Amino acid sequence: MKASESKRSVGWMGLKRGHRAHPVEWIAEKTILVVSLSAIVMVFLIFIFIGREALPVAFGKMNTAKVQKILPPEEVKKLKPEELANYLGLTKEEFARMDQEATQTLIELKAESAKEAKGDKDAGVNTAQWKYMLKAHQWTGYRRPEYIWQPVSQIPKFNLVPLIIGSLKVTLVALLFSVPLSLAAAIYVSQLARPRVREIAKPVIELLAGIPSVVLGFFGLIVMATVLQRVTGSQSRLNGLCAGIALGFAVIPVIFSIAEDALTSVPRSYVQAALALGASKWKAASQVVLPAALPGVFAAVALGFGRAIGETMVVLMASGNASIVSWNLFDSTRTITATIAAELGEVVFGGAHYRILFLIGVLLFAVTFITNLSADIVLHRVKGRMEGRK
Amino acid sequence: MKKISSLLLIGAAMAWGSTHAVAGNITVKGSDTLVILAQKWAEVYMGKHAETKIQVTGGGSGIGFAALQNNTTDIADASRPIKPAEIQACIKAFGKKPKEYKVALDGLSIYVHTSNPLKEISLDQLEQIFTGKVKNWKEVGGSDTPITVYSRENSSGTYEFFKEHILKGQDFVSSAQTMPGTAALLQSVSRDANGIGYGGKAYGHGAKILNVKKTADSPAVEPTEENVKNGSYPIWRYLYNYLNPEKDQGEIQAYLNWVRSAEGQKIVADVGYYALPADLQQK
Repeated sequence: MKASESKRSVGWMGLKRGHRAHPVEWIAEKTILVVSLSAIVMVFLIFIFIGREALPVAFGKMNTAKVQKILPPEEVKKLKPEELANYLGLTKEEFARMDQEATQTLIELKAESAKEAKGDKDAGVNTAQWKYMLKAHQWTGYRRPEYIWQPVSQIPKFNLVPLIIGSLKVTLVALLFSVPLSLAAAIYVSQLARPRVREIAKPVIELLAGIPSVVLGFFGLIVMATVLQRVTGSQSRLNGLCAGIALGFAVIPVIFSIAEDALTSVPRSYVQAALALGASKWKAASQVVLPAALPGVFAAVALGFGRAIGETMVVLMASGNASIVSWNLFDSTRTITATIAAELGEVVFGGAHYRILFLIGVLLFAVTFITNLSADIVLHRVKGRMEGRK
Repeated sequence: MKKISSLLLIGAAMAWGSTHAVAGNITVKGSDTLVILAQKWAEVYMGKHAETKIQVTGGGSGIGFAALQNNTTDIADASRPIKPAEIQACIKAFGKKPKEYKVALDGLSIYVHTSNPLKEISLDQLEQIFTGKVKNWKEVGGSDTPITVYSRENSSGTYEFFKEHILKGQDFVSSAQTMPGTAALLQSVSRDANGIGYGGKAYGHGAKILNVKKTADSPAVEPTEENVKNGSYPIWRYLYNYLNPEKDQGEIQAYLNWVRSAEGQKIVADVGYYALPADLQQK
């Protein structure tokens, strides 16, 4: 029997191991297996639930157009019950449950909502289509085609471009701020620092991860915004730069701890060989250890990206949330996460706006899932190689 | 910050979606604007009627209406009138149009930075500033500096009220910075010399409150209780309670009557809103 097998329980309830059978252990093992599998199931369930809410809008099944076919009241009266139910968009059971008064109210409401937007050339437009969600359009009252996110409006406008650009902009700033800092810290702590310094520096930097993001956001809103405005002289106090830097503080511990792990797991013999050949400590760290740990460092940055683009509270509080298309860092900016958090509370459930919020949720989930997954795969490969398993 | 706690409540609302209201208990859910007031009402009412338990949660007017359709709340708080789509959903769910009660008044104030020389502003000027047609303070009689517009999130009842009554349905300027709560908005305006924003009067510390003129030539009016109640201050709104008309009886009816009585309306003023005019109060 191989050494590895003797540790594992074999057969139904581990009975095949004869006198060493421990049914309790076997049960404990299987329970843990089920629990860990349930985590995977949860991820799928979350994705399916969110995706299901977003499906109608993704396939263009929602209609936000105000002007639909409206019949004059005399003709509505002549309709047969089935036709009337169809006209009001009801199922048979729903229609049967309603009294005369409720039906009348529905008919009036339908006529009213059409009247509300009369004379607006966009009133007949179904704005929940991909065309309007991704391309600029010249709406009534605007001077040129623009990307507009105004979901609560007579003509709801759901253009996603300002939100996508906002998310990317803030994430980019956060990474530009946090990657150099956290990588430098990781190299210092893992390669150059004295053991004494390392023992203090490492937990302190990782302690940053313990700061709740709402506290970081508040710090950005109250303190950092004022300081940054004084330094840069920007017109809006809350802007992409401010939110990005506040977000950077949330990302630093993520990148630092994974990069530090990757750097530390480079075999000591590499450094010793470099030092023996006459390299300085710094040279060994930057030209031998860092290149060897590069895939791990890449994974750290990718996970940092996932954390940054998915972070909500910091950007909600510190970015100003204006939905404009602009790459200027000193303009206020609105991200996907902040939009979902801020708007979901008041939407009409099951309406176009509600479904579009879920749609951008799916988009975000897909992006973070793919980056985290690829980072994870890279990380495991590297670990395997460094530990000599491959 | 109210919005943050409300986000937690969204989760809670979904998790408890299947719990139905129990007799003897009254559940109230909805607007964040109303939640402080509704809690105060519940507290005082329960102090007097030990047999009634009232449970108040926030989350937003939309959450309240959704809960009303699902029959997970008895009363829906709202800082805006119900929308046609929501009436339709309610009719589909329980076959009736929800019954509306006006429960309080709220006057919106216009905030600017304390260093702003401006004292008054007209409704037209507000419309132009918030739609982005006017971008410099000098065009409305201030100093020659650009205007920074602060607004609320579009989930807020205050946002919709402002959009409908001041902007007459037009879109807010895209560069308007939207804040997740009145407190955050006030924080920003009080730190931004060029800022302008709007919100309830109860929050108005740290910034300057402008007097508002109905038209360019009419007198500027201060948002005092008297002026809001007699209608001379032009930016005010009702706050509402909605419920399934079938439930408007027994304990719930008694509670709603008390809320609109002189006694209930006294609490409104303590919280920072305005009591209903005498003709809308329950005698």
